[in-house]
Amino acid sequence: MISLENISLELDVDEQKIPILHDLNLQFEAGKMYALTGPNGSGKSSVARVVMGIYKQTTGRVIYNGQDVGELGITERARKGIGYAFQHPPRFKGMPVKDMLEIAMKHSDQVNCQVLRDLGLCPEDYLERTLDNSLSGGEIKRIEIATLLAQNPKVRIFDEPEAGIDLWSFERLIDVIGNSHREDTTTVVISHQEKILNMVDEIVLIQDGTVSMRGNREEIWPQIKASAECACRSNCRLGEEAYAECPR
Amino acid sequence: MLNALDKKLLEEVADLHGEPPGAFNIRKDGQGIERRSLEGIEINPKKDQPGIDVIVAEGKEGTVHIPVIMTETDLSDLVYNKIDIGAGANITLVAGCGIHNPGSGDAQHDGVHEIIVRKNARLIYTEKHFGEGEEGGKRVLNPKTVLVVEEGGYAELELVQIRGVDHTNRVTEVEVKAGGRLVMYERLLTDGNQTANSDIVVKLMEEESAARIVSRSVAQGSSKQSFFPRLLAYGPGRGHVECDSIIMDQATVRSVPEIWAENSEAELVHEAAIGKIAGEQLTKLMALGLTEEEAEEAIISGFLK
Repeated sequence: MISLENISLELDVDEQKIPILHDLNLQFEAGKMYALTGPNGSGKSSVARVVMGIYKQTTGRVIYNGQDVGELGITERARKGIGYAFQHPPRFKGMPVKDMLEIAMKHSDQVNCQVLRDLGLCPEDYLERTLDNSLSGGEIKRIEIATLLAQNPKVRIFDEPEAGIDLWSFERLIDVIGNSHREDTTTVVISHQEKILNMVDEIVLIQDGTVSMRGNREEIWPQIKASAECACRSNCRLGEEAYAECPR
Repeated sequence: MLNALDKKLLEEVADLHGEPPGAFNIRKDGQGIERRSLEGIEINPKKDQPGIDVIVAEGKEGTVHIPVIMTETDLSDLVYNKIDIGAGANITLVAGCGIHNPGSGDAQHDGVHEIIVRKNARLIYTEKHFGEGEEGGKRVLNPKTVLVVEEGGYAELELVQIRGVDHTNRVTEVEVKAGGRLVMYERLLTDGNQTANSDIVVKLMEEESAARIVSRSVAQGSSKQSFFPRLLAYGPGRGHVECDSIIMDQATVRSVPEIWAENSEAELVHEAAIGKIAGEQLTKLMALGLTEEEAEEAIISGFLK
């Protein structure tokens, strides 16, 4: 289990402290699948980056299997079994896909090509391809997901896995994420896609840098939809009354 | 006879484990020490100056190794090699120089290669440079390659210097004739106070000639690198120059690509970039369990692959 306790996060932007997360409390249990959803800029990716250790929380604790890992770096957390598929994976000039998978599999002799096949990427075509601009955004994204699956961590966080992926690959992606989930893993998917929200055990709505709702789909989906609609109306400066009635 | 050190140096620069396959010439400390010609691939020592002539017959296929190793300090070696790849031949040629400088004096190798790839011939040419030594003596390598690719010919050059060379001044001059193609990869890593200069001039002489130059380098420590790749089209040729450098620590990199067309049908492109390792790249690899140092090494190794 991984818990975030009273997490706040401020980031330095242009020499200013920008508050990103505040007083956020969240638990992810082993064996369960979670979706983190919410408006753009609400702090979903920041939650993932705090879990992975990419962002150091300003206050609060990150507890993983009973141990406070909040002071550990990215490498140590990865070695303890926390994994993260980036929303915008970086490109690497000259580095073949095979090398990235080998790193993910801790320099195993054999590269697990099945993860590529599962995501519709033929290993014969892709293992020697380099992770540079010769690959499309969708291909890079699928390789990123394959890398996390090859790493096979206990906690696996997918940050908007559907972004940039075509319709056909998306169906396959949902199957792959669902099938990769096991009793001893915790899967967290940051997403806005209804199909992904439908497959998880619990949905967590992040708004304004904190948890505003959580529950199973039946419990909170109608409220989330209403909330999204209200937010849209609010942004359009329309329907002020509806916004006032909006579940917050 | 080759001793253990010689074999190690040959492995570094020519990936040789034992006697080379095909024709070969091994030069050690200023002298040719072992040589083998084959039918259709003749290797002859020059009579008037140090060096060899490699003459490949028309239509011949095979491999040629001509590595140079240096194991003494206070030694300067200058060599002139002429390589003639006959029409329609298909040859892989492995050159390169490895220096083990055991003392505090300099060890320097200057090599001039004149290569002609005749009509419809194909040459894959690899030249690796390597240096080592503990007593502070400098390892200096100054290669000059003058290449002509004749009509319909193809030449692929891979020029690599990864570690241990204190100073290099590399000159590459290529003329590509009608229908000829050149692909050139240059990979370079410098560290400490090392310096490296690379001056490349590729001339696309006639129609349908094409060239692609890819230069990748990593500058670490207080090292200094400068690149001057120039691509000139006198006819309707096509060419692309790409120079990418990763700069680290207190290093200096200067990259000045030039394209020059004298024909309205020519198509020339150049790209040049210098930058540090991106933070997100490090973060990504660390999220896979690598330490920051391991991540840096993996990125550099991939970049120079």
